[in-house]
Amino acid sequence: MRPPREVAVTGIGVVAPGGTNRKEFWTLLTDGRTATRRLSFFDPAQFRSQVAAECDFDPAAAGLSAQQVARNDRFVQLALAAALEAVDDSGLDLRPAGTGGLGDDDAGPVVGVSMGSAVGATTRLENEYVVVSDSGRHWEVDPRYASSFLYHALVPSCLATEIADRFGTHGPAAVVSTGCTSGIDAVGHGAQLIADGEADIVIAGASDAPISPISVACFDAIRATTQHNDDPEHASRPFDASRDGFVMGEGAAVLILEDAAAARARGAHVYCHVAGYASRSNAFHMTGLRPDGAEMAEAIRIAMSAARVNPDDIDYVNAHGSGTKQNDRHETAAFKRALGPRAYGVPVSSIKSMIGHSLGAIGSLEIAACALTIETDVVPPTANWTTRDPVCDLDYVPNVARDHAVDVALSVGSGFGGFQSAVVLTGPNR
Amino acid sequence: MVTGLGVVAPSGIGVEEYWASTLRGELRVAPITRFDPARYDATLAGEVVGFTPEEHVDKRYLVQTDRWTWFGMAASRLAFADAGYDPAAHDPYATAVVFGSGSGGNDFGQRELQRLWTRGRTAVSVYQSIAWFYAATTGQTSIRHGLKGPSGVLVSDGAGGLDSLAQARRAVRRGTSAVLAGAAEAGLTPYALTCHLSSGRVSTAASPADGYKPFDARANGYLPGEGGASLLVEDPASAAARGASRIYGEIAGYAATHDGGDDRGPVAGGRWLATAMRRALADADLRPDDIDVVFADGAGSVDLDAREAAAIRAVFGDRPVPVTAPQGLIGRLCAGGSALAAATALLSIRDGVIPAVGNLDTPHPDHGLDLVREPRQTRVRTVLVNARGYGGFNSSLVLRAVEQG
Repeated sequence: MRPPREVAVTGIGVVAPGGTNRKEFWTLLTDGRTATRRLSFFDPAQFRSQVAAECDFDPAAAGLSAQQVARNDRFVQLALAAALEAVDDSGLDLRPAGTGGLGDDDAGPVVGVSMGSAVGATTRLENEYVVVSDSGRHWEVDPRYASSFLYHALVPSCLATEIADRFGTHGPAAVVSTGCTSGIDAVGHGAQLIADGEADIVIAGASDAPISPISVACFDAIRATTQHNDDPEHASRPFDASRDGFVMGEGAAVLILEDAAAARARGAHVYCHVAGYASRSNAFHMTGLRPDGAEMAEAIRIAMSAARVNPDDIDYVNAHGSGTKQNDRHETAAFKRALGPRAYGVPVSSIKSMIGHSLGAIGSLEIAACALTIETDVVPPTANWTTRDPVCDLDYVPNVARDHAVDVALSVGSGFGGFQSAVVLTGPNR
Repeated sequence: MVTGLGVVAPSGIGVEEYWASTLRGELRVAPITRFDPARYDATLAGEVVGFTPEEHVDKRYLVQTDRWTWFGMAASRLAFADAGYDPAAHDPYATAVVFGSGSGGNDFGQRELQRLWTRGRTAVSVYQSIAWFYAATTGQTSIRHGLKGPSGVLVSDGAGGLDSLAQARRAVRRGTSAVLAGAAEAGLTPYALTCHLSSGRVSTAASPADGYKPFDARANGYLPGEGGASLLVEDPASAAARGASRIYGEIAGYAATHDGGDDRGPVAGGRWLATAMRRALADADLRPDDIDVVFADGAGSVDLDAREAAAIRAVFGDRPVPVTAPQGLIGRLCAGGSALAAATALLSIRDGVIPAVGNLDTPHPDHGLDLVREPRQTRVRTVLVNARGYGGFNSSLVLRAVEQG
């Protein structure tokens, strides 16, 4: 086989709580502001956790058509908006089929789609369920009340379809759905397609819009989400001693991945390279984590090895940092195991402190943040950090962004199902 | 290479029961019994009958998981047993699981939605968060068998089974010794059926013989089915080192494309499926003449069948390659269907017999294909499997016999 090709990031698009484009997102993070608030999409009074990180998103203003909005769950809408920004940012001519864009050229590059989502169109499925079941009264739900495009919601691959249709792409397309590591795994998958020569360009990223009663209820049931309902702006507290669960969020991030040689040849702006990726499973428990972090550490080691970097090369670690008791302990142990003494010398932060945990989407949002960190040499902080936890004793960049030269960034994720994923991004000139 | 198969299908649990029923051409689509379908336009489906979950899935997993995951875990246990592969005998990082996923845990999900909306949030199961989502089967399988390798979940509707096999091959090439691949589906619940109906592609026939009829002149849509297959994909050197007892074949080529909005009109019909087939052949370093049989997607609607027929004719030219689609007997199993098609193709290689197209009476005169009408005894060494997913996914996989010395 040919040696793997290098993979460049040449476009970034973001829809996040507190910032519905790349620039606003980055300003929020580097200001250290939080976008968590009392849940407003429905009355959360009956729920244990009543905090959320919601996007103030206007699909029409973001460039979506009336039919795209009607056909799609919010998770697809957020992704389409992020993809529009990313494609525009990349300067690639990707347009609907038959209008003369890159995809119409049979001899042109193979353009793929690799999009992640943990829970797909759950929100739309629930909303429609309430109608066809008459608020749960009927097991044999009434199909006469079903809207069109409900099959579009049933299978989350609709996300890849909508992106492929919008940009006229004809390469391999799939949704990667590995729970809360989906956003890393989708970018990792897309990068591997390019490295192996299966695609030349991949629209990669992730989206989730899970803020619905059933999602809130299912995390309530396992006490995974915060109870800081009286202080929603400061409810997401990764690595802090008073952390008590994550804040559910929503959002999307899309990256344009390209064969790095082709990107250089066309003079594209390159944010960074996706230099190494790995995923391992803990094979232990669907939601539980062993405190030693061994499998996440293994994923980190493999990703560093693929990127040909050593622990001392890592300038920044974007943590999963969900703010649950067990995650932050597990992850801190994994960093020590994989990075050795370097774990104490490298800044580690969790942007979930500001934009919450958008399940499968967050991994791509975090990769976008890492790319912007490399671009600007500013490390976003961990907000709401006030009280040291003895088992979380690394440098979490408390509350204030830090000017810090970053050429190599590590981002990790950990999710239900036992998935542990890691990605290494390197500067364009490394 | 593929060294183990596990099947849970409407026509049988376990490879041999399924394969014998398939070769006999038994139509296993039947009136839905899992709920009262009277109020739905479609009342037929391919149900997995005679499946006792306790026989296949450990009790602690049963309570945490949906029927879809039971099928996946059952098929996986069968595949490991068939391969004689004990994951515990290997480094835990040497084995992984990559499944295609379809619509997730429908039965579990609908039940918990009903609990939430009738009894409030405290009635929702502590297992809802891990039973409904699309990674449930992969996660539980990794836990059940202690698999720490690079696992994953791909969703591309009906193409997902083939895409999981391709991902397994990628993982093996990157150094993982063995990867469990495949997919299963269990969408026979009132709400999931309602979602299927909204696609406008479901047959509303009253009699099984009139329902899902791939490539038939009376094709009128598909019928949903449940079940799927797991396949153990192993690195050849690792399989040889452990003395694997059987090699069903190797994944010789693969490619995937997406219509990308370019396949809605009659002119563009099948263009990107043809591209997937050509690229899969090129990946295998084979010519169309090398293919002994095509296991078709066989969507079961005249327009979609016509597109696939056009794509096959475009790739194979005037040479009438045999084409089959035995899934006409059992319905469409979403991602599970394409995993099962790959397993069926490997059985075809093993036994030198091509199963017939399921539920075919009168081939549509315009398709111009050599459709297999009765099981055909012939040497089968190289097979092309097609799968499509709702929305425009096209995947093609080339499976090839491995000559054993």
